Amino acid sequence: MNTLLTAVTTDATTTTASTGEAIVFWVCAAVAVVGALGMLLSRKAVHSALFIAGTMISLAVLYVSLDAPFLGMTQIVVYTGAVMMLFLFVLMVVGVDSSDSLVETLRGQRAASVLLGLGFAGLLIAGVGAAVVDVPVGLDAANSEYGGNVEGIAALIFGRYVLAFEATSALLIAAALGAMVLAHRERSERRPSQRELSEQRVRDGAPQNLPGPGVYARHNALGTPALLPDGTPTDRSVPEPLRGVSAVVGVDHEDTERVNALARGEAVGPADEEGSS
Amino acid sequence: MTDLLANVTGVELSMFGRDPFWLVALKAVGLFLILVLLTLFTTWFERRLVARMQQRPGPNRAGPFGLLIPLADGIKLALKEGITPKNADKVVYLLAPMLAAIAAFLVFAVIPLGPVVSIFGTETPLQLTDFPVAVLYVLAIASVGIYGIVLAGWSSGSTYSLLGGLRSSAQMISYEIAMGLSFVAVFLQAGTMSTSQIVESQASTWWFAILLLPSFVIYLISMVGETNRAPFDLPEAEGELVAGFHTEYSGLRWAMFFLAEYINMINVSAVAITLFLGGWRMPPPISTIWPGANEGWWPLLWFILKIYAIMFVFVWLRGTLPRLRYDQFMRFGWRVLIPVSIGWIVIIATVRAVQNEFSLDLRTMLIAGGVALALVALVLFFVEGRGSEPEPEPEPFDPYAGGYPVPPKPGEEYVVTPRAKATVSATVLSSRTEDEPAEDAGTEGEGESRE
Repeated sequence: MNTLLTAVTTDATTTTASTGEAIVFWVCAAVAVVGALGMLLSRKAVHSALFIAGTMISLAVLYVSLDAPFLGMTQIVVYTGAVMMLFLFVLMVVGVDSSDSLVETLRGQRAASVLLGLGFAGLLIAGVGAAVVDVPVGLDAANSEYGGNVEGIAALIFGRYVLAFEATSALLIAAALGAMVLAHRERSERRPSQRELSEQRVRDGAPQNLPGPGVYARHNALGTPALLPDGTPTDRSVPEPLRGVSAVVGVDHEDTERVNALARGEAVGPADEEGSS
Repeated sequence: MTDLLANVTGVELSMFGRDPFWLVALKAVGLFLILVLLTLFTTWFERRLVARMQQRPGPNRAGPFGLLIPLADGIKLALKEGITPKNADKVVYLLAPMLAAIAAFLVFAVIPLGPVVSIFGTETPLQLTDFPVAVLYVLAIASVGIYGIVLAGWSSGSTYSLLGGLRSSAQMISYEIAMGLSFVAVFLQAGTMSTSQIVESQASTWWFAILLLPSFVIYLISMVGETNRAPFDLPEAEGELVAGFHTEYSGLRWAMFFLAEYINMINVSAVAITLFLGGWRMPPPISTIWPGANEGWWPLLWFILKIYAIMFVFVWLRGTLPRLRYDQFMRFGWRVLIPVSIGWIVIIATVRAVQNEFSLDLRTMLIAGGVALALVALVLFFVEGRGSEPEPEPEPFDPYAGGYPVPPKPGEEYVVTPRAKATVSATVLSSRTEDEPAEDAGTEGEGESRE
């Protein structure tokens, strides 16, 4: 990898300042390696995800410093912004506590994965080897062929490699559709609309939410029944597990009377006086 | 080099990356100062303006017209205690506001603020840097900024924060797609992805806001969604989520999120101006009368004025529109904005391809497009008229017929059986009594007369 990098940098140094590039390289390389190690060593899954995001961003900076700005920006948008964000989502919402099932449901999975892994390793070795052994054309020559880095990538993707590009995109779309089919759940009932729900609430006699615990009462414990506007306590406001258990706090009827008197607009003395009832 | 630059009126991509180090540092510090000052001013601007819209004076005590209220707010925030919840993941909790604020500051590096000016004798474009994929850089930085919000929500160790953070990031990711798609038409039209060249390409033709009106409208909508502002401020819906992802933050850490939100508003406005509203240039009626308007330091003023024109729209929306429901908002993004922008891109790409292939001018293209549309409409009209067979009557369907709930097959429709009604009490459709429709009609009539 290092020889590859130096090979590319020596080509690029003809146009850019080498000291600045060296500083960028050493800083980003350190961050990338620390991020990769941190991903392996950190205990929390979210921390691992963060470390790998840092690695991806420093790789993107390296790409940009190697005169591949399009690749660098796409790396951040696609990998950091979309893929890692999806991972973070899953980690935050689902967590990683659920243990994986060790039963293999797909037959020949191991053989296929070994075969594909070997094939992928062969591709990588061939690609890196070709870059190291052959003398590269150089970035300037490659860019000047189509009049710029972005134009060159576009010409290659939509010209020479259009079949591979389209095959990859078909694969991605198939995967997305498969995920949607697997995650899709058909409702067995039509979903009631907002209007129907509100009409139903009116018909059921409870157009608003049920009163919360302690509304109008003189105590805000969860077990205190709310008082209806006429002063009678209602145990509908008490959570079901507390109902009928001794945990329900009794209502102070003197206080209730005082509240009702206040509501009627009568003069009420201080709470500790006797004459209030 | 100065001779070379002096002869060129416009800004070219090759001018960037040649500044001496002190000038780059000066520009970066200048941008930082401009952004902080604009944020301070924007908070005052928003509070005064929204107060006017709500028929009240707004902050008017500190300084003339209450102009010093942002400073007072800043001092207050700096003196407040920074609380770290017990459940919080300490490192990430501290990292999140920094990430949000840093990402917000980075976008302005590629925003062109003016033409080539002379700073201490050095001719340089009024822009920190530019490169062939500068607009993609804006998108990349925006996607890093989302990390700040997601991590703030997660690391606070509170349910409200987590839900707010998830909502916010889901919203920003969805609307970033529509935003990115609205850029594509601009790239196709301008033939470049560098901000300064997009501004240059709008100098000779119309603003892209007029030329690519659908893209501009899509960008304006997704821009509000992207910055989590009303009416799309669902991550901060007070009634549902307290304050969303920053519920647990206080003091200067909270101030970082506040700063990031306001700088993000300035950022999306600046991108809108650069990509759609001609950048720092004054439009022709003024620039033809006064050619000096687009030279020297004047364009910086036009740029800031344009920013505040868009900021006015932000405040206007906040003052007039109620908040959307979350599912409606997401449906709007995915089922309306994204398909519409994809369709629009297809149209633009076809037009460009035909233009390049047959070298037609715009007028011929428009006429051809109109004729093609008319033909399609005509064909559709006749096909519709001939082939209108009555739809087969859907068969009644009971999802609980076999004991387990099953979805309907094609051609079947839900009917509510007494059994299903008992199971799902909310799904009541056909069991209306005779007097209820009349009652409904009565209340509706009342509502209308009241309005």
